Amino acid sequence: MQYKSQAVAMPYFIAAIGLFVGQIIFGLIMGMQYVVGDFLFPEIPFNVARMVHTNLLIVWLLFGFMGAAYYMVPEESETELYSTKLAWILFWVFLAAGALTILGYLFVPYATLAEMTGNDLLATMGREFLEQPLPTKIGIVVVALAFLFNITMTVLKGRKTAISVVLLLGLWGLAIFFLFSFYNPHNLVRDKLYWWFVVHLWVEGVWELILAALLAFVLIKVTGVDREVIEKWLYVIITLALVTGIIGTGHHFFWIGTPEYWQWWGSIFSALEPVPFFAMTVFAFNMVNRRKREHPNKAAVLWALGTGVMAFLGAGVWGFLHTLAPVNYYTHGSQITAAHGHMAFYGAYVMVVITIISYAMPLLRGRAANSEKAQVLEMWSFWLMTIAMVFITLFLTAAGILQVWLQRVSDTPMSFMAAQDQVVLFYWMREWAGVVFFIGLLTYLASFFVKGETKAVAN
Amino acid sequence: MSGIFSKAMARNIFYGGTVFFFLLFLALVYDTEQVLPTRDNREALTPEVIAGKKIWETRNCIGCHSLLGEGAYFAPELGNVYPRRGPEFIKAWMMSQPTGAPGRRQMPNFHLSDTELDNLVAFLKYTSGINTSNWPPNIEG
Ligand code: HEM
Ligand code: HEM
Ligand SMILES: [Fe+2]
Repeated sequence: MQYKSQAVAMPYFIAAIGLFVGQIIFGLIMGMQYVVGDFLFPEIPFNVARMVHTNLLIVWLLFGFMGAAYYMVPEESETELYSTKLAWILFWVFLAAGALTILGYLFVPYATLAEMTGNDLLATMGREFLEQPLPTKIGIVVVALAFLFNITMTVLKGRKTAISVVLLLGLWGLAIFFLFSFYNPHNLVRDKLYWWFVVHLWVEGVWELILAALLAFVLIKVTGVDREVIEKWLYVIITLALVTGIIGTGHHFFWIGTPEYWQWWGSIFSALEPVPFFAMTVFAFNMVNRRKREHPNKAAVLWALGTGVMAFLGAGVWGFLHTLAPVNYYTHGSQITAAHGHMAFYGAYVMVVITIISYAMPLLRGRAANSEKAQVLEMWSFWLMTIAMVFITLFLTAAGILQVWLQRVSDTPMSFMAAQDQVVLFYWMREWAGVVFFIGLLTYLASFFVKGETKAVAN
Repeated sequence: MSGIFSKAMARNIFYGGTVFFFLLFLALVYDTEQVLPTRDNREALTPEVIAGKKIWETRNCIGCHSLLGEGAYFAPELGNVYPRRGPEFIKAWMMSQPTGAPGRRQMPNFHLSDTELDNLVAFLKYTSGINTSNWPPNIEG
């Protein structure tokens, strides 16, 4: 750690990991409800667990992105953070808002929550991923703007690198596209059209800028490869991402009432979306192969390489699988979608946040890298979580193929619930893979508490 | 990526490409808005439908069901439930939840009034009238 103010990244990383644990517990609850339908009913209905699961995911990734920015930007800009105090205040505000929202989901009936929080003034709730009450949504915007102010001022007063500019662009884009969550037209088709401006333009647009910037930062640090080379790659990757991903939004406009030309635009451009993810994989391996130093933090290198591979598999391969309109006609809204959503979110965003945490956390704790023992445990957690996620994805894909076959392709289609009964074996196996994932996560937590001999910061 | 292709060139292509494709996207969305009146069943958007959409949202139905293929995958697609089951079945269904059948997936009872039930059904009827290019493949959704 070169600048004192970078230390404020630490609470953000800790909160991120804590909420990640919560996310997975609710994932396991839902996985159980998939096989034992009345599990925890009526205490925690499935839809409540799902809101908690997905909203915790988004919130902890945002904590991770913010922590990453607080760690990276002072070092990139070669100056202290504009305001450490503001960063601390925002941390508590965001944590309190997040916690209150989750408690609201769990303990207040959703319709009552909507009424209590001004949904009658501006109805924004009850849409997938955007379930947050109005005050939470406003809180997210306020925190995001204050955070962006802090980071932007820091960049402006210091050195301006490609990495910090790309990171800033991504973070500004994240805040700006979130504003569409306040727009909820009565017309369902238009509601859905603009809903994707948040969801798709986040994960297949501006978040990819954040992803690439984080990866580039860690790769510079652990490989010692020339900044010029890495930043050139960075620009190439994000060019490919946005050139394909923006119009690629059209892969969500096949069957929601939008004009049929989207079947062409959406299929062609989104079919190219794997290219930037492939470039990221090549980038990560290439830089590590050309490394000019042996960084003592091997776990961070492993996470960085893993991000490259798993993002390509989850987003690139599993995305391509169902992105062409004639295929999507059958797979739309099936377990195939869930399979892809899981591996893509894990491979790209979960793993890149863990990459930066893995790199930065030892430095924040005053050492170049964790002890050998701690790193071995961390690498165990890498393999446990990653392999478990591969199996979750495979089981859901199998369930999805059968579901589509029985319910949609067949000449004598089965009803939804009858088809679900047929694939229950795969749901059981998904739940067991989920348990392994959870063990991997606990192993990850444990790795923070393993002592042992560590090297001092060399820089 | 050797010496001839510089970082500055990569940066310029990034900004140029992004602006170009973003404007193209906006143009397509603009055109979509022009075509939508012929497809999105907006003539059926009555006050009842609008009230029904709000009930749909404030009960978080999307947390278990999909609607036009988007949402959750725990319970059946409802974009075409109106033609699949009809209005009376839907209302009776809502009132008889939860089934309480052991081990079966459970749906809460939302204690909706008669008017609220009618509004919800109006919303589902409107939804089923949207031109979805023949999706889903069959009535089972
Ligand atoms: C890291 C990047 C990505 C993430 C995090 C991600 C995540 C998701 C999620 C969560 C959904 C479900 C949305 C819903 O609930 O309705 C989804 C849908 C979809 N994604 Fe991705 N995705 C990514 C990249 C891609 C890429 C690169 C492609 C194409 C090559 C793709 C193709 C699709 C398609 C076609 C759907 C719609 C599935 C359906 O019709 O049900 N995704 N994605
Ligand atoms: C123990 C592991 C996990 C289990 C058992 C689990 C289970 C589930 C279940 C049952 C759903 C709801 C599917 C439906 O709507 O019917 C879901 C949704 C989702 N989960 Fe998980 N989950 C786990 C881990 C994760 C992880 C690690 C991530 C992030 C990387 C994640 C991200 C998501 C997302 C994005 C959705 C929404 C998907 C969509 O809309 O297509 N889950 N999960
Ligand atoms: Fe997408």
